[in-house]
Amino acid sequence: MDKRENALKQSKSIESVLRIVLTSIGMFVGILLPIIIFLSLYRESSLAINHFGVWNFITSTDWDPVAGKFGGLAPLIGTLIATFLSTLVAAPISLGIAIFLVELSPNRLKPILSTAIELLAAIPSIIYGMWGLFVVAPLFGEKVEPWLKEKMGEFPVIGKLLEGSPTGIDVLTTSLVLSIMIIPFMSSVVKDAFNMVPPIMKESAYALGATKWEVIKQVMIPITVSSIAGGLILSVGRAIGETMAVTFLAGNVNQIPKSLLDPFTTITVTLANQFAEADTALYLSSLYFLTLILFVISFFVLYASKIMLLQLEKKWKV
Amino acid sequence: MINIKAKRKIENYISLTLSFLSATFGLFFLFWILGDLFINGFKYININLFIYDPVPPGIEGGGLKHAFLGHIIITFLGTVIGTPIGILAGIYFAEYGRSSRIARVARNIVDIMVSNPSIVIGAVVYALLVLPVGHFMGLAGGIALAILMIPVIVITTDEMLKLVPQQTREAAYALGAQPWQVSFQIVLKAAKVGVLTGVILGVARISGETAPLLFTSFNNNFTNLDPTKPMASLTVTVFQYAMGPYDEWHKQAWAASFLLTFFVLMASITARYIIQRKKHQ
Repeated sequence: MDKRENALKQSKSIESVLRIVLTSIGMFVGILLPIIIFLSLYRESSLAINHFGVWNFITSTDWDPVAGKFGGLAPLIGTLIATFLSTLVAAPISLGIAIFLVELSPNRLKPILSTAIELLAAIPSIIYGMWGLFVVAPLFGEKVEPWLKEKMGEFPVIGKLLEGSPTGIDVLTTSLVLSIMIIPFMSSVVKDAFNMVPPIMKESAYALGATKWEVIKQVMIPITVSSIAGGLILSVGRAIGETMAVTFLAGNVNQIPKSLLDPFTTITVTLANQFAEADTALYLSSLYFLTLILFVISFFVLYASKIMLLQLEKKWKV
Repeated sequence: MINIKAKRKIENYISLTLSFLSATFGLFFLFWILGDLFINGFKYININLFIYDPVPPGIEGGGLKHAFLGHIIITFLGTVIGTPIGILAGIYFAEYGRSSRIARVARNIVDIMVSNPSIVIGAVVYALLVLPVGHFMGLAGGIALAILMIPVIVITTDEMLKLVPQQTREAAYALGAQPWQVSFQIVLKAAKVGVLTGVILGVARISGETAPLLFTSFNNNFTNLDPTKPMASLTVTVFQYAMGPYDEWHKQAWAASFLLTFFVLMASITARYIIQRKKHQ
C-alpha cells in the first residue's frame, strides 16, 4: 500500500514539473521566439532608424556605402515587383493544377501527381538559383528575350516593358523562376480545400445538368474561396522571403527597374550579397532595417493567409 | 437553345484543357530541373569529390570534402538541437494546450513561422551569437537551422499525435494514469513513426538551406571539424562556386547540387509516403 502511494506521489510530482517544462517550451516556440526575432532586429536597426528616419529610409533610393547614405526604396520596390509578377503567373496555374488533381486526373495517378507537384517545393532554392543562372538566363538572354523584343518591341505598352539589352539576368527570368517555386504552395492548399467540398453538393449540381466546369465554377470555387485567397496570400508570403533563387538572377543592381529586362535588387538579394561585407555600423544597421521590414511584411502577409485558411476550417467543423 | 448548349460544352472543354495544361506546366519544369541536374551533375561525381579538399581556384582537381563534412556537422547540430524542442512543443500543443486560448494563438504563430524567410533567421543569429563572439562559426549555423526546423517538427508532431484516437487516452486515464504518462507512454508511443517522419521532413527542409548559413557558419576553404570556427557547407559552397568564374567550380557545383537534391527529394518522398499511409489508416 505504501509503495503504491509513493508511486502515485512521484508520478504526480513528475506531472507538475513536466507541465511547466512543456508549457514553457511551447510558449518559447510559439510566442517568445518571434518576439526575440523582432526585438533583436529592432535593436540592430535602431541606429539606421534614428539616423535616417523610417519614412526617409523607405522613400530613398540612395545606397552608397562609401558616403554612408542608405535608403530602402529600390530593394523594397524590387521585392514588390518580383512578388507581384511571379504571383500573377503562379496563381492561375496553381488553380489549374488543383482542379486537375481533384477533378480530372485518374484516381490511380492522383497521389503520384500531387507528390510530383509538391516536390517542386522540396527542391532547395539554391538549386533553382543555379539552374536559373546556368540554364534559364542564357536561354532567355540569347533566344527568348531577343525574340520577344523583335515580335513585340514596337507595341505601345509592351514595347516599353521590353526596353534594354537582353541579358537574362533581369526581372523577367527572376519572376519566372520564382513563380515555379511558389506554385506548389498555393496548389496544395487549394487542392486540400477542394477535397473538403462535400460530394453531395457536387452531385446535386451534376443532377441539375451542370457541366464539370460549371460545377467547379459555381459550386467548388465559391465554397472554397477563402482557402483560395489564403493559398494565394501564402504564395505571396513565400515569394517575398525567397532568397537564393532570386540572388542568382536579379543582378544585385540598386535601381528601380523600368523594364522587364533591367537587372534589379530585392530586400533578400541585398541582404545575401552585402551582409557579410558590411564594414561600418551604419551599413550593417541599414541592412538590419531592411531585414526588419522583410520580417514584419512577411509576418503580416502570412498572418492574413492563416486567417483566411482558418475560415474554411471553422465552417466545416462538425 | 442549341447554341447555349454548345457554348457551355465549349467553355467546359476549354477550361478543362487549360487545367490540364497547368499540370503539364508544373511537371514540365520539375522534369526540366531534375533532368538538367542529372545530365550536368551525375557525370562529375567521382571519388575525388569526397576525399580531397579544394585546390586553388582555376586548377583542375580537388574536391569538396570540406563542404560535405561541414554540411553533415551543421545539419547534425541543427537536428540535435531542434528535434527535442520541436517534439516537446508538439506534445504541448497536441496534449496540454488543447483547451488554452494562448496555446492556440501560439500554435497558429508556429504555422506562420514555418514560412518565415530563412534569411531573417540568419540575420538574427548573426546579431545574437556571431557579433558577440566576434567570428563566424559552425555552431551558429546549426542553431539557425534548428530554429528553422522546429516549426516543421512541431506541426507534424502535433498533427500525428492528434490522429491517435481519443479512446486510447481515455482508456489510459481510466487505469489511473497521470496526463504525462498518457502523453509520453501511450500517445507518443502510438504515434512514434509519425513523429519520426516530422524529423525527416525537418532534416529535408534544413539540409537544402543556404541563406541562414551565409552569415552564421559562413565558409571555409579547408576541412574543419570544430564547430566554434567558420565551417563550409555544401549549399554555401555551391553558391560561391556557381557565382565564380571557373569551369572546374561549375562542374563541382553541379555535382554537389545533384547529390544534395537527390538526398532531399528521397527524404521528403519517404516522409510524405509515411504520412499519407498514416492519414488513411
